[in-house]
Amino acid sequence: MTKKPLGRMSTLALAALAVVSVSACSAAAATPSATATPAPTQAAGSQAPAGTPATTHKPVTISVGVLRPGATQEAVDALNLQITEFNAKYPWITVEPQEYNWTAPTFTAQLAGGTLPTVFNIPFTDGKGLIAQHQIVNIDSRVRALGYADKFNPNVLVNGQDDKGAIWAVPITAYGMSLTYNRTLFKQAGLDPDKPPTTWDEVRADAKVIADKTGVAGFAQMATQNTGGWQLTTMTYALGGRMETVDKDGKVTATINNSYTKAALQYLHDLRWTDNSMGGTFDYNWGTINQDFAAGQIGMFTGGSDLYTAMVQNNSLKADDYGITVIPLASDPNAGVLGGGNLVAVNVMTTEDQRDAAVDFIDFYYMNKLRTEAGAVEDAKALKANNQPVGVPALPIFDKATYDQSLVWIKDYINVPTAQMTPFTSKIFSEPVVTEPRYNTQDLYAALDPVVQAVLTNKNADITKLLDDANTKVQKIINTPPAS
Amino acid sequence: MTSRAEPVLAASGERKRRGLLTWVSRDGLSTFAFLLPLLFIFGLFSWFPIVRSIVMSFQSTNLVSAPTFVGLDNFARVLGDPLFGTAVSNTIYFAIIALVIGYPLPLVLAVLMSEARRFKSVYSALAYLPVVVPPVVAVLLWKFFYKGGTNGAFNQILHTFGLGPLQWLGDASLAMPAIVIEATWAAFGGTVIIYLAALLSVPPELYDAAEVDGASIWQKIRHVTLPHLRGVLFITLILQLIATAQIFTEPFLLTEGGPANSTTTVLLLIYNYAFGSSLGGHFGEAAALSLMLAVFLGIFTGIYFWMTRGWSTSS
Repeated sequence: MTKKPLGRMSTLALAALAVVSVSACSAAAATPSATATPAPTQAAGSQAPAGTPATTHKPVTISVGVLRPGATQEAVDALNLQITEFNAKYPWITVEPQEYNWTAPTFTAQLAGGTLPTVFNIPFTDGKGLIAQHQIVNIDSRVRALGYADKFNPNVLVNGQDDKGAIWAVPITAYGMSLTYNRTLFKQAGLDPDKPPTTWDEVRADAKVIADKTGVAGFAQMATQNTGGWQLTTMTYALGGRMETVDKDGKVTATINNSYTKAALQYLHDLRWTDNSMGGTFDYNWGTINQDFAAGQIGMFTGGSDLYTAMVQNNSLKADDYGITVIPLASDPNAGVLGGGNLVAVNVMTTEDQRDAAVDFIDFYYMNKLRTEAGAVEDAKALKANNQPVGVPALPIFDKATYDQSLVWIKDYINVPTAQMTPFTSKIFSEPVVTEPRYNTQDLYAALDPVVQAVLTNKNADITKLLDDANTKVQKIINTPPAS
Repeated sequence: MTSRAEPVLAASGERKRRGLLTWVSRDGLSTFAFLLPLLFIFGLFSWFPIVRSIVMSFQSTNLVSAPTFVGLDNFARVLGDPLFGTAVSNTIYFAIIALVIGYPLPLVLAVLMSEARRFKSVYSALAYLPVVVPPVVAVLLWKFFYKGGTNGAFNQILHTFGLGPLQWLGDASLAMPAIVIEATWAAFGGTVIIYLAALLSVPPELYDAAEVDGASIWQKIRHVTLPHLRGVLFITLILQLIATAQIFTEPFLLTEGGPANSTTTVLLLIYNYAFGSSLGGHFGEAAALSLMLAVFLGIFTGIYFWMTRGWSTSS
């Protein structure tokens, strides 16, 4: 009897403890978001020029999405070395590297969930949409304070600007689409890897030879996670077509069902169903096609000229296998190379101090290596010391002269097989580079994925109807105003 | 009136106090205290998101800027989307194939296993093993088996018989059956265990009596076993229908809804509305379709509860 009240008390105490624990957990969980609330009083005045002594700054922590998931320890070490150098210059800024890789679905979830790092990169295709919806921070005054904003390649910078020219995101990489090919498979098939195909007919012929002689896919095509539409757009551009037009009043019209896209799809259909040279996988995305290419399962595919880095870091690519050349262009006067790239942006759920620190990091980590000798050399040295690729082909973020100069600065550290990249690097700068469709780009690509899949998996696919349906869908999306 | 009412009220107040004291003395307070964390967690992680998604189905939002109410626009957009019909018909197609392949298989196996004289527990463990494998691991394993071309595991087996290769996941007519086979493999173990438990409750003297009457094995199953499993069979049927309406993991990981939307199910369409565009402008449509699916499944669940009132699992 005497035990019962005590027992009840103890159970009450335990229950109370449980409630307190849960409250404590939720309070702890709430703390970061509370600190992440923008501080309105810390306005642009707190912005500091690079290198200001630490004593004038409050300690600030930023997270940076600069590590690809699955990056090797050497890549991590190279990054840590660069962060150490950054901290020497900005001792009040704590940098927390995060694994981050942009994909359409994961980016949406991270954006909506508020779990994006302070600094993250996005493809050119997302710049305009995120700016229009104010989902990234306007960093115009901070970037212009760095003193070189007017030196950016305007065709590249425009992807991170709003209609009034304010900078919301900074271009960090630019690439031209290329034809990536496996030199070892070329040799095994009796082809000359130093003379890659220069026309689409030659691509088809070589793909057939590779498939017949080696048993792997002679030519492969991405088809999921919006990459099918991306690569179909690449082929359409190369043949001379465009996916959107904008009239003088700014009205955007989807032109997906143009004759060039139909020809591109018919080309894929012929490789798949007439030649049987595309292997057995038709649901490739960016990651899986890299993986299979590095594993020697693909002879050729179209992709960015900067893929070498990802394939070395994530797929253990053998350097001898890698070959790259320019996309064959048709004789049409509008034929061009689709150019893409990445922007770096700042998370809206940040304080003013974090935004200042973020731009300092962007300047140090992304920009210095492109425009200063010291930055270029330090970056190359750190990468090379950890066996990371240095000298991967790219398009200029600033002007061509600056790009060429940066290659001279780092020439002692270049460790990529540049001779194997000559078919690309010797021609790309004389070819017309065309930007991706500007409006609802990812929606457009997403609508084309099933079209590419249908052509690759259904011999009797009605290309005209598929494209007409996709065009109707995309036009409807273009006509629908975005969520507030 | 007042003088007569006052004692009544006083007595009523006294009863309430006594009732409260009794409630406290009978562990009511501690029970409530124990319940609080559960209510808090359940409210925060279950009911709040449900209410939030209902509200969101009437909003246009990108979850960053302030949402705006758009009435029934999201529902109209979903119903007007050609993919909605495709997703519904794909889901029904999946449910039908799953019923044909996945529904009878566990029953047949359970009956066969119950007839086994030795190693019953080994068979049970083997049947249940796929359920233990994490779904994502299982699906990725099957993706490897289904790989097209000549280097896929199933295609290599077919090759030894001079058949194939088949595009298991790359052919619109094969992709959905391939998903059903994987889903059946992954889930049938749980149902087998339920059937085995139900079979144990069938009185053995009924089988003895049937045998005395000269019943064959099929007649014993038809006239003794199945009538006793009626309740369980109905429950598993309803549960399977509810589960098939929510099929997501398998088409998401095996085919991403392809090829050419041939395996895009309702849940996958919801996912695509929410996360298909990297700018995330379609959360409202995703919430609207989720709400429609929830209402549909609510009706099924209601039927389930209504039909199984007072049923024991083996009656």
